[in-house]
Amino acid sequence: MNASRLGRLGFYLALIGLALLFLAPLAMMLAGSLKPNERVLVEAGTLSAFVPVGASLDNYRAVFERTDFLRFLFNSIFITGTVVVAGLLVNALAAYAFARLQWRGRDLLFNLVIALMILPFEAIAVPLFYGVSILGLRDTYIAQILPFIANAFSIYLFYSFFIGLPRELEEAASLDGASTLRIFFAVIVPNSKPAFASVAILSFLTWWGSYLWPLLVTIGPEVRPLPVAIASFYTLPPLQWGDILAFGTLMVMPVLAVFLMFQRWFVRGVASSAIKG
Amino acid sequence: MSAPRSRRRFNDQTASGLLLAGPAMLGLLLFILAPFLIALALAFTNLRLGSPLPLEFVGLKQFQRIFADPDFLQALSNNLLCALTVVPLQTALALGLALLLNRGLRGTVVFRTLFFMPVVFPMSLVAVVWVLIYAPGPDGMMNGFLDLVTLGAWEPRDFLRDPMLAMPALMLLSIWQGAGFQMVILLAGLQQIPHELYEAAALDGAGRWSQFRHVTLPQLRNPLVFVVLVTSILAFRLFDQVQIMTRGGPNGATTTVMYEAVQAVFTRQQVARASAMTVVFFLLVLAVTWLQRRLARQEREIG
Repeated sequence: MNASRLGRLGFYLALIGLALLFLAPLAMMLAGSLKPNERVLVEAGTLSAFVPVGASLDNYRAVFERTDFLRFLFNSIFITGTVVVAGLLVNALAAYAFARLQWRGRDLLFNLVIALMILPFEAIAVPLFYGVSILGLRDTYIAQILPFIANAFSIYLFYSFFIGLPRELEEAASLDGASTLRIFFAVIVPNSKPAFASVAILSFLTWWGSYLWPLLVTIGPEVRPLPVAIASFYTLPPLQWGDILAFGTLMVMPVLAVFLMFQRWFVRGVASSAIKG
Repeated sequence: MSAPRSRRRFNDQTASGLLLAGPAMLGLLLFILAPFLIALALAFTNLRLGSPLPLEFVGLKQFQRIFADPDFLQALSNNLLCALTVVPLQTALALGLALLLNRGLRGTVVFRTLFFMPVVFPMSLVAVVWVLIYAPGPDGMMNGFLDLVTLGAWEPRDFLRDPMLAMPALMLLSIWQGAGFQMVILLAGLQQIPHELYEAAALDGAGRWSQFRHVTLPQLRNPLVFVVLVTSILAFRLFDQVQIMTRGGPNGATTTVMYEAVQAVFTRQQVARASAMTVVFFLLVLAVTWLQRRLARQEREIG
């Protein structure tokens, strides 16, 4: 065996070892979700943590009996879906105006967008919570959707993609007398699929997992999304680890399936977030 | 849409511009800029929801108060400690993973997918699952693992209730969840480095280590600066894990600025005090961002 082969074997061993460490929590969750409740904790410190001996779907049934899982799932899908879809439209239109149209006030407003990019949500959470409370909008979908549709970073990502599209694309269309909006939908959007995919994935990951804001504004389970629901299920007595892991598995499986199918796009979407000044 | 074909169309599209950018700008003004300005203003008042005291301008009093509050100071130092530990460790791990994946070995996509997978997990789910991983006593998974790798020398600990171990325990799951995100960005950076640079370096007799130092690292500077910035800011935003796993305990060992701010506004209705805390938080983020801009500019001057 020569040196490079030995080297390659070493790299593979390192990769496999690391992959096992990255996979272990997921494997434990999956195995534990299928085990009888009382065995989950007892076996957590041994290799049987990864083996679902005596597997059954009892814990999954318990999740549906003990919680309003489908309600939480619907809330998460509805809130995230609306924010992502409305956000794609609103932010792409704004970026289009900044990147492709000549208008007064454009540079001033665009500089404002750039400045707002560094403002993390946490810096505005307090007055936003205060405002939502005063308006009586706690425990509503509106409070979880409306403030997050416009997004400075999404505008910036669209902008940097649109600015690179060749001018000739619009010229033919505008000679035909197409309106600005028509050009956007007929010319810009079809040529910008990677940008739309990146923004959609990044905002999906952000809002699907978001915890702080829904924790603050939801009071009851009616409009509560999954991340808050699992945290409160975990504190709901009696503590049944099998049930909690089944909840977690149900919560992550749909996303994981989508991710595995489109992992290339997820990776590109995240990498594109780094291509900025 | 009122965008008629007119002679002015190509030099003045103000109406269309404002109309198209309008909804997004309205959202940013109403839900980002205005709340931020209000947070700034509130930080200088005594506002407390449900308090009988009249609203007053109190100058820097809230800031004086929070900087005299040992809980807040501990939170601030926890955040700094977290940034100073997580950022280098996570970046080094991510760089290692990216370098491993950039060797063109077979199965690279599979490994990249596995390392990236935790990124799609909501942090609240990760936090709940890791509570089980950190379960105390020999039954706990982490205790069992450490027992295995130290060949039985490890004494079982209650990680989340141990003042020395609680913060490192939170840091570990942050690293586990975030390394894949950084890795993907660094890998994209690695793939953009022209092959000729390595060939030229090899011709000059540079070994692997020398190539890494004189070609890879300088070429990777911008992505590295970016991931360091993002991870630092995440370290200052630390909240979900703290709220779910430790509630700031034991004895404030895991409290953070955001956790303190949420406690102030949420459980005690101290809006002004919480605003002052978020202003401090924002200044920290601003400082990190400023540092990043400086580092990135320096690179442009050299390149």
